[in-house]
Amino acid sequence: MTCQDYKNLMMAYIDGELEAEAKKTFEEHLQSCKECSDEFKEFKQLKQHTDEIKFTEPEERIWEQYWQNVYNRTERATGWILFSIASILLLAYGGFKAIEAIIRDPSVGLILKAALLILIAGAAVLFVSVLRERIYFWKNDRYKDVRR
Amino acid sequence: MNGTDNQILQARSSAAMFETCVMKYMKDSYRIALGFCGNHQDALELSQEAFLKAYRSIRHLQNNDKFFPWFYQILRNLCFDYMRKKKTQAAQPLDEITSEKLMQNNFDPEAIAERNETKEIIWKAIGQLDEKHREIIILRHFLNQSYEQIAKNLFCSKGTVMSRLYYGRRQLKEILSTMKGGH
Ligand SMILES: [Zn+2]
Repeated sequence: MTCQDYKNLMMAYIDGELEAEAKKTFEEHLQSCKECSDEFKEFKQLKQHTDEIKFTEPEERIWEQYWQNVYNRTERATGWILFSIASILLLAYGGFKAIEAIIRDPSVGLILKAALLILIAGAAVLFVSVLRERIYFWKNDRYKDVRR
Repeated sequence: MNGTDNQILQARSSAAMFETCVMKYMKDSYRIALGFCGNHQDALELSQEAFLKAYRSIRHLQNNDKFFPWFYQILRNLCFDYMRKKKTQAAQPLDEITSEKLMQNNFDPEAIAERNETKEIIWKAIGQLDEKHREIIILRHFLNQSYEQIAKNLFCSKGTVMSRLYYGRRQLKEILSTMKGGH
């Protein structure tokens, strides 16, 4: 075993993760290697100091309200989705009715009617394109969080 | 800790079951976030945001008894994003790093119980660690996880945990000696 191998063992030794036999092997190496034994002292001290750091406990009220906060946000997110779907449906219905009325109106010129239909076709293409892009990003964003 | 996760998640997205999960892991989630961002307010926000994201994609969780490692991936990604944003805000050339600058990160000393100078300096130094190194220190010291638990949460081997701990602690020692050198 090289000193590099002992350095990994050193961490396990400090953290109390070594079996009796590996512990003995490590202690024997420390006896014979000054570099590792100096480093060991430093790491041991660092580990003790780091272990002493404890966080200030937040007030109990934070934990009491924690779930409610998460829940409110999930609820709000659902609310926004429903609201958006309903708005799109209503707008589409209203728009359709208005366009139908114009197309049926004999007093409106043919060119104006044609222009209106082309405008709608253009808007539809744009909508589908943006929607596809959003779905693409949404999918990729979702998998970013989940490694398997 | 895994025995009851299965039970908890049997009803999956049902709000009551998800609530049990949040209650069980909220403190761990908060402590992890605090180790990454260094202040109470952002830690609370990040940890709750992670649960919200988890709730939305809980149907993608393949194996119910792996809730925590799965949730941890969501939380750490949020924290890493947060750190990257902070980093670009405070970008500075390496050769200009002084002990004063090292003490000026947003690691709030108020977050530490029974404060003293040694604890404050180490806390500030943790705030200077790279994300991967900081992560291993958080899981080992602030969550008190065993090598086996850390390996599960990071989807790596125990050997990798050991070598990351070695490099993480070595970086921490280097930062600490730079800080002390400047005084
Ligand atoms: Zn050696």
